[in-house]
Amino acid sequence: MITALIRRLAEMVFVMVGISVMVFLIFFATPGSDPAARIAGRNATQEAVAQVRVDFGFDRPLPVQYVLMMKRLFVDRDLKSFVNRGQNVIPQVLEATPITLSLVFGAAVLWVIGGLAVGVIAAATQGSLIDRTLMVLALIGVSMPVFWFGEVMNLLSQARFHDTWLFSWVPALGYKPLSEDPWGWFKTLVIPWFSLAVLYIGIYGRVLRANLVEAYQEDFIRTARAKGLSPARVMLRHALRTSLIPFITMFGLDFGVLVGGSALLTEVVFGLNGIGRLTYIALQNLDLPMILATVIYASFFVVLANAVVDFIYIFVDPRMREA
Amino acid sequence: MTDPIRPALLDVDHLKVSFATDRGRVTAINDVSFRIDDGEFVAIVGESGSGKTVSLLSILGLTDRRTTFVEGTAAFRGRPILGLPDRELRRIRGKQIAFIPQDPLTALTPVHTIGWQIVEQIRTHETVSKEAAKKRAIELLDEVGLPNPAAAFGRYPHQLSGGMRQRAVIAMALSCNPALLVADEPTTALDVTVQAQVLDLLKRLRRDHGSAIILITHDMGVVAEVADRVMVMYAGRVIERGTAREIFAAPEHPYTWGLMASIPPVEGPRPHRLPSIPGTPPTPANIPPGCAFAPRCAHRFAPCAGLPPALSASGHDAFCFLDDNARAAGRAALFAAPETAA
Ligand SMILES: Nc1ncnc2c1ncn2[C@@H]1O[C@H](COP(=O)(O)OP(=O)(O)OP(=O)(O)O)[C@@H](O)[C@H]1O
Ligand SMILES: [Mg+2]
Repeated sequence: MITALIRRLAEMVFVMVGISVMVFLIFFATPGSDPAARIAGRNATQEAVAQVRVDFGFDRPLPVQYVLMMKRLFVDRDLKSFVNRGQNVIPQVLEATPITLSLVFGAAVLWVIGGLAVGVIAAATQGSLIDRTLMVLALIGVSMPVFWFGEVMNLLSQARFHDTWLFSWVPALGYKPLSEDPWGWFKTLVIPWFSLAVLYIGIYGRVLRANLVEAYQEDFIRTARAKGLSPARVMLRHALRTSLIPFITMFGLDFGVLVGGSALLTEVVFGLNGIGRLTYIALQNLDLPMILATVIYASFFVVLANAVVDFIYIFVDPRMREA
Repeated sequence: MTDPIRPALLDVDHLKVSFATDRGRVTAINDVSFRIDDGEFVAIVGESGSGKTVSLLSILGLTDRRTTFVEGTAAFRGRPILGLPDRELRRIRGKQIAFIPQDPLTALTPVHTIGWQIVEQIRTHETVSKEAAKKRAIELLDEVGLPNPAAAFGRYPHQLSGGMRQRAVIAMALSCNPALLVADEPTTALDVTVQAQVLDLLKRLRRDHGSAIILITHDMGVVAEVADRVMVMYAGRVIERGTAREIFAAPEHPYTWGLMASIPPVEGPRPHRLPSIPGTPPTPANIPPGCAFAPRCAHRFAPCAGLPPALSASGHDAFCFLDDNARAAGRAALFAAPETAA
């Protein structure tokens, strides 16, 4: 178990180094472009560009450049984005991180609970009106674009019905840190959580239902029923446990990608200055240091989420333990 | 008690099972009646697809209620169980009637240990502590002959061989001391030595626990070894019924003759297909009218286009038009086959 953990951690580090090398090469070693000029920004003077070239070691061999860059990023934490009035990159990423994490964590809790509930209830009532209604609702959830749904929610809660009892509790758009104002944090995030989760509740509910329906064809379900177990027990202890693997796999992928910046649309709609937004703005300005930082940050979460998923597999399915 | 006759353990009357399929409703089980008394060992034989599994699953309410229609009656100790609300049926299932499923390799839930699954069944039906249930589970595993039962208790199904899994499944079925044990081909997935061990185990269980056993199989050799009474099924009907002695001494139905001729020789290679019955059994969707076996039967004659007279209420009888003389002649031909040389 311990060796598996260490091996997995080593793998993670290896993957992340690989990603950082790739990103570095793509942005800084693409032939025909001068990275110093890029970092210095569009309207930089010749002197500024020359200065950047020396500072970042762009006149030295590539491996040295890479090491210097990583040192700036992780050790000195002194990577300035010239495009953005010379601000340091790392503090901005660190500032955006809790916002995105809050958004995605909360939404994930909602969509895991919602997805499980929809999948289990639909499978348990397979073919009934409840099942069909849930599946139609799930399909609607899947097909609603989050920016549209978010705007509608904003329209209702911030404008149209803001003065009614229904939405008078909703604070103005923006983020309130959890450490300063937990209740405010919660209130500002409830609607964004829900808006982001709707799509995933739909997808997860439908996938889980399909897996459960399939599981009910299995012999061991018949054995469980022949034992005289209650339908709820057959469902939760036998069918659900064996149907969770695809659910967990999807969760690992979606969670990592969302934390890594894919919650952009939700962030923009609800005025949350998270990682997605940061990455988007950096891309627009071709702000190389910022792009480098956010991409490495994102890769960290994707890799981490995958490692966590691997451990959950082992926990959920004993057959994975031997591998 | 005014009624001198104790109700049978299981009394099935005119059971009919049909499925809703894409091509309409098909009848898989037709007019099956039988009765089993305490402590009896009854074998149900027939080729694959003859309806052995479906008939018993439907009695236990284990078929899919949305697509399966079950008619007729089944009474357990005099109490009707077909159409019983699920809540009440569950008290009988697993406790009074235990089911050993056909394929031990897929019959256990892969994500729980063997012990967990046995304890689950015990604690579903009896209020006992976890420790007591665990102790009993280990005793059961020991009783069915698993080496090192305490270790096996903590094993997952994939960590055990097929034979060990089958024993674990049997231990689980026995965990609540059922009055009736339904074993659906408990040996087909196993190799010959393990098969023999499992059969011995079943015989011993009947002796020690006094449970009645219904053994489903398509192996006449197995039947000869263990059964008191035999029911032969073909295309969803019981086509011959009698004690094992009667059936092996004087089989009456041409299909049974075929099955007998196909008992593999004790020594030498086992034949792959039933050598003496040409063709394949019909599926529920295309069961011919009249005698369903007629198209494959070497002895068919004009009346076979109609349905043979129903089996007599008890005793040895076959669902066939052949008269006693014709049956004797057919049997004689069968026993003159090369097998007698063996
Ligand atoms: N849910 C179902 N829907 C439609 N047909 C079914 C269904 N279940 C079983 N059947 C059909 O009913 C017939 C009887 O099946 P059953 O499983 O009882 O056969 P069996 O005698 O147990 O055979 P085997 O020896 O292979 O286990 C088969 O032809 C099968 O295809
Ligand atoms: Mg079967």
